[in-house]
Amino acid sequence: MLPGFANAAWDQLNLTRGVTPYSETVYDLHMMILWVCVAIGVGVFGAIFYSVLRFRKSNGAVAAQWHESTTVEVLWTVVPFIILVVMAVPATKALVMMEDVTKSDLTIKVTGYQWKWQYEYLGQDVAFFSTLGDASNKARQLGSGVNPEGVENYLLEVDNEIVLPVNKKIRFLTTAADVIHSWWVPALGWKRDAVPGYINESWATIKKEGIYRGQCTELCGKDHGFMPVVVRAVSEEEFQTWLAARKTATAGAAQAAPVAVADNK
Amino acid sequence: MSDAAVHHDHHDAHHPSGIMRWLTTTNHKDIGTMYLVFSLMMFFVGGAMAMVIRLELFQPGLQWVDPQFFNSMTTMHALVMIFGAVMPAWTGFANWMIPMMIGAPDMALPRLNNWSFWILPFAFTLLLTTLFLPGGAPAGGWTMYPPLVLQTGAAFPFLIFAVHFMGASSVAGAINIIATVFNLRAPGMTLMKLPLFVWTWIITAFLLIASIPVLAGAVTMLLTDKFFGTAFFSAAGGGDPVMFQHIFWFFGHPEVYILILPAFGIVSAIIPTFARKPLFGYSSMVYASASIAFLSFIVWAHHMFTVGMPLAGELFFMYATILIAVPTGVKVFNWVATMWQSSMTFETPMLFAISFVVLFTIGGFSGLMLGITPVDFQYHDTYFVVAHFHYVLVTGAVFALMAGTYFWLPKWTGHMYDETLGKLHFWLSTISVNVLFFPQHFLGLAGMPRRIPDYAVQFADWNMVSSIGGFVFGLSQLLFLAVIVKCARGGAKASDTVWEGARGLEWTLPSPPPYHSFSTPPAPASIDGGYR
Ligand SMILES: [Cu+2]
Repeated sequence: MLPGFANAAWDQLNLTRGVTPYSETVYDLHMMILWVCVAIGVGVFGAIFYSVLRFRKSNGAVAAQWHESTTVEVLWTVVPFIILVVMAVPATKALVMMEDVTKSDLTIKVTGYQWKWQYEYLGQDVAFFSTLGDASNKARQLGSGVNPEGVENYLLEVDNEIVLPVNKKIRFLTTAADVIHSWWVPALGWKRDAVPGYINESWATIKKEGIYRGQCTELCGKDHGFMPVVVRAVSEEEFQTWLAARKTATAGAAQAAPVAVADNK
Repeated sequence: MSDAAVHHDHHDAHHPSGIMRWLTTTNHKDIGTMYLVFSLMMFFVGGAMAMVIRLELFQPGLQWVDPQFFNSMTTMHALVMIFGAVMPAWTGFANWMIPMMIGAPDMALPRLNNWSFWILPFAFTLLLTTLFLPGGAPAGGWTMYPPLVLQTGAAFPFLIFAVHFMGASSVAGAINIIATVFNLRAPGMTLMKLPLFVWTWIITAFLLIASIPVLAGAVTMLLTDKFFGTAFFSAAGGGDPVMFQHIFWFFGHPEVYILILPAFGIVSAIIPTFARKPLFGYSSMVYASASIAFLSFIVWAHHMFTVGMPLAGELFFMYATILIAVPTGVKVFNWVATMWQSSMTFETPMLFAISFVVLFTIGGFSGLMLGITPVDFQYHDTYFVVAHFHYVLVTGAVFALMAGTYFWLPKWTGHMYDETLGKLHFWLSTISVNVLFFPQHFLGLAGMPRRIPDYAVQFADWNMVSSIGGFVFGLSQLLFLAVIVKCARGGAKASDTVWEGARGLEWTLPSPPPYHSFSTPPAPASIDGGYR
């Protein structure tokens, strides 16, 4: 365990920086608050440990009897308040940024089902389901005897990835068909609940080509742990090629088996 | 008053014995003991469920339980620990200590007191039998979000009625505590001389009365949605699944403070005692507790930032949430200031109390981080949240319960507990609980969702570390049980004061105290507020 531990564990300590302007903002905010907490923690815990070492009866310490100080009490009410205001300013800016879903280039509707995702490229006639990859699905059965370490991207692989163009503002509409799910790709910097009867809006502009993985993050029943999200971000040209091919495939499938699609709902 | 007292003392001799004593008792100490014993049993039941969870998460792949049962374990673990272990434990402490702390003979409503306890075994029999029902125990999470919770099988009505019973029990307990403190305080025991444990419990009691009926309403609507064709929470029927979350968390956030406020009271009693120095900022502690309680009613939606809210709503709930850091900070600073220039000794209660201050503060930091909405979009529903609330509830509420147990056990039993075993229990618990929960921060930040029975292999190492910590922490609690049993059975005779620095009315009574605490009110001169 130990050699493997050294490799795998120590780069799994912190939040990802991600690949969108929003995820980077969130990362910076996260680090700022973390360091503020660390600084306050060093002060508070330092004072506790100093007291524990210095003011012990066994050292002959004699207890003072003071128990009030208006100055100090006002100070440690006002100073934390100011720190909070300082944190709230960038946090407010980040929220305003996240909630601005205008001027998008492409809209994807994401629908959560027990236990898979459906992706619809609105206005493009492209729609498909995305479920847990076969190899993972076999290995994850109780007592399967398959060692997950040997399965590539165990539990984070799907049959149909969602393909997205880089450097385009993509608007996501999330909803659900049965129970509440939540669509999360850490590299995009946010998760958004998929709630039946609601359509939630969010957006991402992916700056770097690559494959980004995530999972459903709202308990949705037995197989909640087994409905991953895989995003493949590609160049605009590659995206257009993929979209055209997908359109043909969808059109063919729709003619061949319209019932199958209805069944899935 | 003294007539009644004589009558009561006389009564001592012929209260029923055996099982009837416990079934019919209206004595605050008997009922307090039953609450505490019940809570300890539930602590081990809920703990066993946690062991199943950590066993399955020990390595990737499913080795022991199927996903549905795993979800039952997380759901039941939470319900048992919150409603069966921590809440009854606080009511047990209140029953034992509040009459002694305010100079009263007993609780104000003794028959209600008996009833509020005896509802609990029924509630938990209902809840725990679901493990053996077709379809299994509830598995939709303790938060019971529809529509998922409506997919629960035969266990569903059991769940709803168990929650109703638990709620009725806590509301009755809360009413009793309020009635006791407002009516039975000894002459001279003014509100601003009340020990902080009594203060924090009064505030807790008001939170219970205001929030539990909201939960009762929410689960009743679930019941009618499931069985009587209503559609409160069904989008297809014109209802709203998100409305449930608003209602649930309007209960759920005050509930968090119901679990932790009495802990603040206990720690505020223990630190001054072993520091031999008055509590710093008594009145600011009272005002901070009250502010926290008030704020707890206007922050509920921070549990559901990702559900999709208007910008204005997100901003309001973010600002209100992080504002709680101010009164919470005041409390922590006050405890540290109490230790400053004091003269400390480190018996087991003090060790747990200091550990509480440090580790609860870590939970507070992660709470502040979670309150920042845009970053919460990343943290939400990951192991970061699991780490956060276990720091607050295990190293917070549970550590304070343990500190309080060691603190007052000699008073309750008349015997000193085994200090060596107590310290061993403390060190094993403190080390293992951090091995258990600290790595969960890493897991959450690295992207592991909560409530999953299996995970991607990059999460394997920290899960294994966390599980090892969990097993050691779980086993260490057997030591706690051993210390309590040993102390109840015998040991060195405890003095009335027990601790050198102890102040307050409960320490003026013999150890163990008489059946009726203060048959005659204490002399007003003995009420100085002490170390509070
Ligand atoms: Cu899901």
